[in-house]
Amino acid sequence: MNRIDQKFIELRKRQKKAFIAFITAGDPSLEATEKLVVEMEKSGADIIELGVPFSDPMADGATIQAASFRSLQRGTTPKKILSLVRRIRRVSQVPIALMTYYNPVCFLGDTDFVHAAKAAGVDGLIIPDLPVEEAGGLRKAAQKNDLSLVFFLSSTTSNERMAGIVKAASGFIYFVAVAGVTGARIALPTDIARHVNKAREMTRVPVCVGFGISTPEQVRDVAAFSDGVIVGSAIIKEIEKNSGSKDMPSAVAKFVGRLASVL
Amino acid sequence: MPDKNGHFGEFGGCYVPETLRGLLFDLEKEFAACWKDPAFKKEFRFYLEEYAGRPTRLYYAERLSRQLKTLKVYLKREDLLHTGAHKVNNTLGQILVARRMGKRRIIAETGAGQHGVATATVCALFGLKCVVYMGSEDIKRQAMNVVRMKLMGAEVVSVESGSKTLKDAMNEAIRDWVTNVKDTYYLIGTVAGPHPYPYMVRELQSVIGIEARRQFWRKEKRLPDYLVACVGGGSNAMGLFYPFHKDKGVHIIGVEAAGHGIHSGAHSAAICAGRPGVLHGCKSYLLQDKNGQVTNAHSVAAGLDYPGVGPEHSYFSQIGVAEYVGITDKEAIDALKALSQIEGIIPALESSHAVAYLPKLARRVKGLKTVIVCLSGRGDKDMGTIAEVLNGE
Repeated sequence: MNRIDQKFIELRKRQKKAFIAFITAGDPSLEATEKLVVEMEKSGADIIELGVPFSDPMADGATIQAASFRSLQRGTTPKKILSLVRRIRRVSQVPIALMTYYNPVCFLGDTDFVHAAKAAGVDGLIIPDLPVEEAGGLRKAAQKNDLSLVFFLSSTTSNERMAGIVKAASGFIYFVAVAGVTGARIALPTDIARHVNKAREMTRVPVCVGFGISTPEQVRDVAAFSDGVIVGSAIIKEIEKNSGSKDMPSAVAKFVGRLASVL
Repeated sequence: MPDKNGHFGEFGGCYVPETLRGLLFDLEKEFAACWKDPAFKKEFRFYLEEYAGRPTRLYYAERLSRQLKTLKVYLKREDLLHTGAHKVNNTLGQILVARRMGKRRIIAETGAGQHGVATATVCALFGLKCVVYMGSEDIKRQAMNVVRMKLMGAEVVSVESGSKTLKDAMNEAIRDWVTNVKDTYYLIGTVAGPHPYPYMVRELQSVIGIEARRQFWRKEKRLPDYLVACVGGGSNAMGLFYPFHKDKGVHIIGVEAAGHGIHSGAHSAAICAGRPGVLHGCKSYLLQDKNGQVTNAHSVAAGLDYPGVGPEHSYFSQIGVAEYVGITDKEAIDALKALSQIEGIIPALESSHAVAYLPKLARRVKGLKTVIVCLSGRGDKDMGTIAEVLNGE
């Protein structure tokens, strides 16, 4: 059982929902990411998603695209991010999942990537362009090493497919709140609760909702019918806004605290 | 045939966000039904013949052949098609599929602008809304095609991210698609992207090879010794190659863009110099750095300026069905000039890569051999680039 599984057991006992914070590793720098992770945990983030930047982030909107670009410009690599996780593990046991596209994983090889991630202290992998049909090799490697492999569901997923995906998923399931790319939306679709409930009836694996969520009100609404809420672009915007300031990590953590505190 | 998840050996597949996965299953089913339906095929054939101008000629290039000495060269004249390139074969087929699926909004990516023009054309023909994503770098070097698209009612969206070329246009088109999945059809222009596109586009473009085979047989009473075609994504090449790929005596050669030279790092030769990776929905050879980041491609031919390649080409290379070689910018420009002067045919810079391989092939062969070259497009769109080259000389 890894840190993600333990966290959800603990949250269920306390009848709490998970707040999952996404940031792009290496934006604005790896040192800043290290501080941000620690501070966000203190402010109430239950799980941290670290974005491993990829040159062609086709599932991401403008905010995360820009963050990925900045990070890559600074020379961030998967290897440097794993060293960062190692450093974080000296001071924090917050569950960490890496979110990336399949090419950087495929480049290293499924097994080697999983071994390297596990050894560094990573708990899970989230890969938006890897549907369950293509994930055979990575699933096997992840299972063997107790690394969660998070799969996605969307309102366009058929019931039949949903049944297969929830069986393959571990850690949690990432339900995409809006058809589209990542990024804050003013309004979320009204029928999302129905789709999420359908998934939750099929499985004991926690179902968390992300894409488009940016305000405390949205967090509270979504938490009412899910096991957790994922926020990314809105946090990155806070990082951008405070980019010049040396108090950036605490300012961002304060923002995260405001979102997490409604859960 | 690819396997049920769209794999050609280890290549291909369907690496897409979950939101799109269901739609791609639907598309696969829809295309399978269309391709079995005589009424669909009849309609497709009607538009290919009456609207686009098929069959295209298989022209014996006598003066070029005489100059090359060891090769008897036949040009498959896709450049004579409506809109000026082979791209319209695919867009006509896919637009008929999109109509059957009830989609009213069509999106496309384009590099050289040829696929964008071919898409804008069929959207005008059937009265559908058309949005074309094009890198701002390509908009500059293919300005005439932008005018053509707009004239036919398409909206051309300038893409400013990354290298501002085809790869980035495709990223942006996919983002649009995943956002507007319900009413939008993504009309991919080549044998790449997620399953079923590589298979579907191959089937639609195979008309090139089926015709060429029949025409060659009529003229020579045998099969050709060689096939040569340029490969960016590789749709004209796959269209020519596929109907011959089981013929043992036919040597198949795909020509990639070697840009400033393979060793310069500035090229688009994914098979010659890349390694397997996943981009835009499929696994294929891919230009990437030592951390698995996709690197920027380069070619003087905008239509070849892409760091990946169709997955079935990767498979053909791996199992030895076809051979893949590189031709530099300079060699392609020289070939464009040469064919213009010796045959009075101005080929597109993309197709010029295939033509440029002929002297090399001529030196390789023993005795007199026959070759079919796919002249995938005409050079009108490249006159700006060529004028710059000529001014520099």
